[in-house]
Amino acid sequence: MALLDVSDLSVVFQRRGEPPFTAVDGVSFSVEPGQTVGLVGESGCGKSVTSLAIMGLLPRRGAVVTGSVRFEGAELLSLSARQMRDRRGRDLGMVFQDPLSSLNPVIAIGLQVTEVLERHRGMPRRQAMVEAADLLDKVGIPDPRRRLDEYPHQLSGGMRQRALIAMALACRPRLLIADEPTTALDVTIQAQILALLAELVRDTGTALIMITHDLGVVAGLCDEVNVLYGGRVVERARRHELFRRPRHPYTHGLLASIPRLDAPRGERLVPIRGSVADNIPWDHGCAFAPRCPNALGTCVEVTPQMDEEDGRLLRCHNPVQENQEVPA
Amino acid sequence: MTSVSPATQKSAADTGVLVAVDDLKVHFPIRRGLILDRTVGYVYAVDGVDLDIRRGETYGLVGESGCGKSTLGRAMLRLVEPTGGRVVFDGVDLSATHGEALRRMRRRMQMVFQDPLSSLDPRQSVESILVEGLRAHGLDRGREATGRRLRELLSAVGLPSTALRKYPHEFSGGQRQRIGIARALTVDPDLVVADEPVSALDVSVQAQVINLLADLQQEFGLTYLVIAHDLAVVRHISDRVGVMYLGGIVEEAGSDELYVQPLHPYTRALLSAVPVPDPVLEDRRERILLTGDLPSPAAPPAGCRFHTRCPWRQPKRCDTERPRLREVAPGHRVACHWAEDIRDGRISPHEVRPELVEEESALVPDTALTGPASVTEVLGP
Ligand SMILES: Nc1ncnc2c1ncn2[C@@H]1O[C@H](COP(=O)(O)OP(=O)(O)OP(=O)(O)O)[C@@H](O)[C@H]1O
Ligand SMILES: Nc1ncnc2c1ncn2[C@@H]1O[C@H](COP(=O)(O)OP(=O)(O)OP(=O)(O)O)[C@@H](O)[C@H]1O
Ligand code: SF4
Ligand SMILES: [Mg+2]
Ligand SMILES: [Mg+2]
Repeated sequence: MALLDVSDLSVVFQRRGEPPFTAVDGVSFSVEPGQTVGLVGESGCGKSVTSLAIMGLLPRRGAVVTGSVRFEGAELLSLSARQMRDRRGRDLGMVFQDPLSSLNPVIAIGLQVTEVLERHRGMPRRQAMVEAADLLDKVGIPDPRRRLDEYPHQLSGGMRQRALIAMALACRPRLLIADEPTTALDVTIQAQILALLAELVRDTGTALIMITHDLGVVAGLCDEVNVLYGGRVVERARRHELFRRPRHPYTHGLLASIPRLDAPRGERLVPIRGSVADNIPWDHGCAFAPRCPNALGTCVEVTPQMDEEDGRLLRCHNPVQENQEVPA
Repeated sequence: MTSVSPATQKSAADTGVLVAVDDLKVHFPIRRGLILDRTVGYVYAVDGVDLDIRRGETYGLVGESGCGKSTLGRAMLRLVEPTGGRVVFDGVDLSATHGEALRRMRRRMQMVFQDPLSSLDPRQSVESILVEGLRAHGLDRGREATGRRLRELLSAVGLPSTALRKYPHEFSGGQRQRIGIARALTVDPDLVVADEPVSALDVSVQAQVINLLADLQQEFGLTYLVIAHDLAVVRHISDRVGVMYLGGIVEEAGSDELYVQPLHPYTRALLSAVPVPDPVLEDRRERILLTGDLPSPAAPPAGCRFHTRCPWRQPKRCDTERPRLREVAPGHRVACHWAEDIRDGRISPHEVRPELVEEESALVPDTALTGPASVTEVLGP
């Protein structure tokens, strides 16, 4: 049985005076224990809303969540707010892009970590303090004992992100969701944090959902990758297959438009035309069709379904062919 | 398309240096005290930078947050007053230029910003945004000529002429960046300083703007200084790249040379840290993981500024003597005492014990914080 099974998950936002907005549109994927699964896509494609829905962190009012999210077979969407909070303390951990917004600014780091340990693992204060210092040490915070007494603003961005990871780890989650955990950080610090996450997965067997817009991060870290566009998964494959042979025109287009560090200077990029503002609604056809170089007449008339083909999933009427040029 | 300013208009023989920066320094005072406003220290944002930008080339400036890239760019245009050093633009020493003469020089240097929305006035139509620049420099030559010119500019940046009557919020991020670029071009500049021109854009749109910048350079014979934190982007568009660390340039080389043979330990770490969208390569790569954080630019380490994090650091000299930026191979400058020894493998990297860096609120300036580093910012007003 999968550790997490997300099936046909949809999130519709309803604001008064505005038409309902479907941010996540029938997303399905699953995560095995110890596996790292990537969700990639551009701004607004529904990555964060998907993770918030899994964690039960969307506002109960104004957001309609349908479908199913099963953790070891048990449905999470039908849990009460209280039961869900308990789950978050026990099985599910989350790390956000902006650690400052998820750390309490007026409580010392040490206390924030020990509180988690006391509440969710029932440790007495004294033992929790020792364990907290241990956790800070494990995530690579130098001089952890002293750091326990410091406040979030006294730490650098990279250290704050480590503190947040330590807090998420405090309850020994079996699934960690990291939503752009390194986007706000410098690239040398990003490398440290990514190495830390990879090590955690390897050493503790925690499963990881990695949310990012950076295909480079995915290439190094994820076992399996879901590419999202306009609230739907358009392609899913194992990491080597996806990058060796991107089949969806969107995935293919993304890879062709990124300047690669190792590419010789001046090689011209092949951009995707237009922007997400040009999308058409999924129920009219393929949302990507107006930007797609492969689009056919059917693409604006018939919604493409998810098809399986040699172990990968693909939502496209006219996928990229083997001989179609793939960027080096 | 008729070009606004054919490259041929600019002397074809001009291959020399357009901008020469000489020991440029920008130190921001840190003030404390309510009654007696006293200076308690300085942020050494730019601290002794030498570089030349050649006519028609793209010079890329890369480095991590807070290393002084934007300040350097702004100081070159005299948008901030340098504390020391000189900027010579096309033979004219800008630090000795004032008033009308400076204003005339400024026309020739334009800036494109990271966030197109915040740099465009939301209440102004695109037309009035573009005309403004022309007027400011007395280049508005009557309705018809100006109208023609604006349409030419828009078409050069790939926008329809109907865009003139619209407002910034009616455009996508990529289109807004096109407007920002068109605005810079209205006054027919020689140098365009682009500060993070694509970092606010979606990946799929970044490439459009990167290609556009390349096309415009060809068409108008522009010289670029491109500032970005993304080394892959910088390498892609630049002929030469300067790598900055804590207010100084640590390495400068041709774009390909920098990738093939990085010599400064910091450049090596930076290159090894950039993720590449290729799992085969990612699995094989050796990462040089730096330990510890970037020291504060208000208290830069003595000696080599990188010595607190450097895996190649050697005793004594690195801690006490600041290495000069010196030419190690033709066109390849490095500020490291051991560049040749590192290149030839005579010294090898070792482990570094992370040094603690305090986010000392006493040393953070009151204005223009680049990251949330003060209590007030954390707690909000
Ligand atoms: N609380 C909300 N109310 C209404 N709409 C929302 C809300 N939260 C998100 N959205 C919308 O849902 C869509 C998906 O948002 P989401 O935050 O999941 O994007 P994302 O993929 O995480 O993007 P980014 O890379 O920018 O973080 C967006 O169009 C967003 O504007
Ligand atoms: N007007 C100012 N007053 C005081 N300090 C400033 C001012 N502008 C910048 N600084 C400081 O100077 C240093 C360099 O800032 P700068 O904006 O040049 O960095 P940067 O390399 O452009 O960083 P980023 O990648 O984050 O844009 C930072 O420590 C910043 O806080
Ligand atoms: S379904 Fe059609 S429009 Fe959509 S990506 Fe595939 S080919 Fe392009
Ligand atoms: Mg998000
Ligand atoms: Mg900057």
